[in-house]
Amino acid sequence: MIGEGIESTNQRRHSYVGDRIEVGFFTDPTVCIGCKACEVACKEWNQVPDDGFTWSGNSYDHTGHLGASTWRHVLFLEQDRRKGDQITGSMGGLSPQSATVSPTQTNPQSDDPFRWVFVSDVCKHCEEAGCLEACPTGSIVRTEVGSVLVQNDVCNGCGYCVVSCPFGVIDRRPAPLADAGGAFKCTFCYDRQKSGLVPACAKVCPTESIVFGRLDDLRARGADRVQHLQQSGYDDAQLYDPQETSVRGLHAFFLILGEPEAYGLPPKPQIPTIYLKSAWTSAIATAVATLIVVFAAFFFFG
Amino acid sequence: MTDQTSPASEQRLDQLREQAWNKGVVGGRGVDVRGGPIPRKPGYYGQPIVKPPVWTWEIPVYFFVGGLAGMAAIIALAALAFHHLDLARAAMWLAVIGAILSPILLTMDLGRPRLFMNMLRVFKYKSPMSVGAWILTVFGACAGPGLIALEVHAHQIFSGTLDQFVRVAADLLIFGSAFLGMFLATYTGVLIGATAIPAWFLHRVFLPIHFGTAGLGSAAALLELLGHRIAPLNAIGFFAAAVESALWVWLEIDRHDAADRALHEAGSGWLIRGGEVFSGPVALLLRLTNLIPLAAISFLFGALISRLGWALAGSISGCDPEAVLASQR
Repeated sequence: MIGEGIESTNQRRHSYVGDRIEVGFFTDPTVCIGCKACEVACKEWNQVPDDGFTWSGNSYDHTGHLGASTWRHVLFLEQDRRKGDQITGSMGGLSPQSATVSPTQTNPQSDDPFRWVFVSDVCKHCEEAGCLEACPTGSIVRTEVGSVLVQNDVCNGCGYCVVSCPFGVIDRRPAPLADAGGAFKCTFCYDRQKSGLVPACAKVCPTESIVFGRLDDLRARGADRVQHLQQSGYDDAQLYDPQETSVRGLHAFFLILGEPEAYGLPPKPQIPTIYLKSAWTSAIATAVATLIVVFAAFFFFG
Repeated sequence: MTDQTSPASEQRLDQLREQAWNKGVVGGRGVDVRGGPIPRKPGYYGQPIVKPPVWTWEIPVYFFVGGLAGMAAIIALAALAFHHLDLARAAMWLAVIGAILSPILLTMDLGRPRLFMNMLRVFKYKSPMSVGAWILTVFGACAGPGLIALEVHAHQIFSGTLDQFVRVAADLLIFGSAFLGMFLATYTGVLIGATAIPAWFLHRVFLPIHFGTAGLGSAAALLELLGHRIAPLNAIGFFAAAVESALWVWLEIDRHDAADRALHEAGSGWLIRGGEVFSGPVALLLRLTNLIPLAAISFLFGALISRLGWALAGSISGCDPEAVLASQR
């Protein structure tokens, strides 16, 4: 936590891998300043190619979306809603000194509500992971700390994980980039974690909007934070951690303001494995029916 | 430039300003200002929520080739059982050619083709891609030797007990090919049906039936075009065209609005609809009028473009955040 200095779980060394303790990321947009240090740290540590240098026109987001070469992505949402008790609307007539008065003294119901929300998106490391279930080579594995890892040297680039992720995280890296052809996504800095280090993005986050730690601790902390925010006027603060769907919860979960749709997060993510039963039933029925029809055709017309 | 300002045009500008101020967007022939104050696109700036498939043309063509090869093996088994040896041989040739082309197509599509053997590193029953790789491998392993044994038997290379042994081996291997073939033709529906792409998973029951029927009809049609104009193949052709006609009606009725609109709109919609029409009613009518070769060509054409249409629909649907959101409401 901020103020803990080197005692913060984002800074101190750990032995979660050896102790087989489930870890997670808790990402809190209410303290994110949109600096994108997480994106930079991720790229530098993991030596991920750049995303191209283009202007999106979408607020300050020029990264776009997660992908094979984008493992952290800071979203910039512009919403016509107030953000807690913050001062909103025109500053007309207020001197710099008077602007520092407590929010309750200003007009809380501004005519032009507006809020700017930043949140750092990442692979969710699902409890039940669509990509892991789909992978035909066994390249994608579950690590000791509960994260989902792609073994780059095993992946043959079949692309099935790409359409099996309900969050659109993993993707195949196109040529001519380094290591092209394989599927890539956030590794949860498994290499760093094995050495007792914190993932690069959490390590550099200046406001601890990204918190790394034990999953159970983080879930408790997230629930506390939501409660605190709701008491402070952030009525639509909620955790995004779909435990009731077939994904059964996330190792990297988020606090969000408002609806998940606005963050490009699916409201009810499902792993495609749940569709197998009906699809295979149909396939087996079709196969048997075909066999019968072919033999009947030869029997009656042959 | 003129200083003769008309009150009407000024009023229009005021109106636009008011509209822009109130809604963040100017309707009618105005424009949604990119990066304007409040984005109005679905989801997050209209960005895809799931990733579209990375597969290229090889995969839908494989669906066509693999489906045809798998169902050809069933026809070969039935032909063998009912003493149509020439037809069985031709059907097994189709099965084997398909079993050779299929892995080539699949390997071409891999991001790292030289690691194609990693497909057989593990068996994962929950992954249709893994199950499919094994089905195709064992299918090829049965069909190849099965064809060789059948040809050895047909050309009477051996005699006596050895020939009988070759014939039994051919029977067993072709039985194995047929058993795996019926799943080779249908698992592809499971493969794309069990994904996060809305236009696909919403039709996961439809897809194996469609792909299986299209494979069966294609195998019969190609054998007819190769000169095997016999009644059982015509009957199979009738059946496949009738089922495809019914599937077309099913697809038109079983709509999910925005969630599966890629199946009904744009190029993918036309490919799928065209595919169903050519392999359904058109093939059926041509068969009824006894224009069998034309019916066969129509069915094969429909079966191919329908596969291309389903692949394209997956790409369009995966890029469509509204489809993903609609499928989860």
